[in-house]
Amino acid sequence: MTMLANLARLIRSKNAGPFELTFDIMFDDAAKYRRVKESGVLTRERIAACYGLEPSQVKFFLCDNALAVKASIPRPCFQGDLRDADGHGGQQYAPLMDIEVP
Amino acid sequence: MEEMRILSPTGVCGSGFLEESFEKALAKKPHFIGCDGGSTDPGPSHLGSGQPAFPREATKRDLRIMLLGARRIDVPLLIGSAGTAGGDVHLDWFCDIVHEIAAEEGLSFKLAKIHAEQKHDYLKKRLREGRIKPLQPAPEFNEGVIDRASCIVGMMGAEPYMRALEAGADVIVAGRSSDTAIFASIPVMRGFPEGVAWHMGKILECGAAAVVSRKTPDCMFAWVRKDHFVVEAPDERLRCTPQSIASHSLYENADPYKLVECSGTLDLTDSRYEAVSDRAVKVSGSAFIHAPRYTVKLEGAEKVGYQSVIIGSVRDPFIIRQIDNWVEQLEGRIHARVKQIYGERMSPEQYFINIRIYGKNGTMGPLEPVKEIRSHELCLVIEATAPTQDIASSIAGVVRHQALHLPIPEWSGLITALACPYNPAHLDRGAVYRFNVNHVVEPDDPYEMFPTEYVQIGTASKQRQRAAA
Repeated sequence: MTMLANLARLIRSKNAGPFELTFDIMFDDAAKYRRVKESGVLTRERIAACYGLEPSQVKFFLCDNALAVKASIPRPCFQGDLRDADGHGGQQYAPLMDIEVP
Repeated sequence: MEEMRILSPTGVCGSGFLEESFEKALAKKPHFIGCDGGSTDPGPSHLGSGQPAFPREATKRDLRIMLLGARRIDVPLLIGSAGTAGGDVHLDWFCDIVHEIAAEEGLSFKLAKIHAEQKHDYLKKRLREGRIKPLQPAPEFNEGVIDRASCIVGMMGAEPYMRALEAGADVIVAGRSSDTAIFASIPVMRGFPEGVAWHMGKILECGAAAVVSRKTPDCMFAWVRKDHFVVEAPDERLRCTPQSIASHSLYENADPYKLVECSGTLDLTDSRYEAVSDRAVKVSGSAFIHAPRYTVKLEGAEKVGYQSVIIGSVRDPFIIRQIDNWVEQLEGRIHARVKQIYGERMSPEQYFINIRIYGKNGTMGPLEPVKEIRSHELCLVIEATAPTQDIASSIAGVVRHQALHLPIPEWSGLITALACPYNPAHLDRGAVYRFNVNHVVEPDDPYEMFPTEYVQIGTASKQRQRAAA
């Protein structure tokens, strides 16, 4: 087992507009991307569980030509609202780093 | 026309680029220069307050190089989302810099100034007609929201740019705009396929962001042809690879394959990315699917109130181990004291106390999966938001005093629980804003929301002399 953070070249989160948050998990070679994709650990359901959502609220994509897995969720707080702590949405990916990949 | 060449100096006007890269790109004879000037990413306060996110001097530096370059080779310069949020005050701020540079440099050109701020009466009319529709997720939008809004802008498509170009504009400064539309407009006008033009725009709108490893903001260049485009950074040290270009469509988009514009959707499902050198990538196969109805996305901001902030830290392990309980008690005491001071004049709904605990869950709040505090100190950021700055500052004063001396059972006697680095302990933040709309309008045509003014800068005769020379 390896942590996802050790396989990806970049795991990031960012605003996709003020109302959605998007996660990119990017790889620098096809073997690592395939390993993660085929392991089945990174799914819509897994992302939903990490962020307290129903799977139907998660947009989930396997992007073969970019060697990337992508997911988008409704922003936990709209950008800039009084309870929002991350205006650019840039530090919400940390829980994904610990996902164990066989 | 077989080929059209496009230069994007940087991802946002004001963020900078290397003048050397810009000159290299000009030598490749671009047919036009485009640059994005804004985004919602800096947050609702820019739209609400009218303040741009980038400093005036930084914007002027970038703009001077672009204007001089575009006029020197006599090609159009298109700038969208002027002044960050693209409202009228932002557009005026930006055009003022254009005028200033033109006067300093003795430039003459025809300026088109395209407005994007929306009149409240127009929005109410379209709302009553059922022609304002929510995107997902969207806050409630009604006439009250329109009345409360400090500023609502529409995000224009490519058509207002095309019309300004047809009217002979040399320089276009537009309010809020689709970033991609800035770049897609001219190639689409010249008959290049829309899938190629819009996908090229999507890559170029971020400047050199799509290269493998961008060290500083810089230029990007594209060649648009009949069935593909090629993209390359003018700086030889920067490389585009098929993967770096394919990956760029992920950035800040909820869906990496379907990018919605006013007139339709750019579909990248069948896009192909091929290396044409170790630095340039050819992109083909992208499609643009026209929407049955033209839609314009709205962005709006309203004032929430005024805010004061207290930043302080806790080092005592007795307090840290009971921080949730301590904070809960603190909130209770703040509300009790505010009630004592203001009585009936201020209900709990009129002000808001927010306590963030950095070192515990400051970044992720309730979504933080790590429940155990592993730090020997915590930072508390406590905000008071109220109808006036005076009340917010007064409540911050209450917060400071209540937090300082809130007791814990482990100690007997008066404690001082919060270390305050600043004096006075609170910072007045002024007005705070929130985004209040995530909807689209269905206009009669692509232009009605975006009136255009034309201004002759310098003298028209100078322009003719230059053309003759």
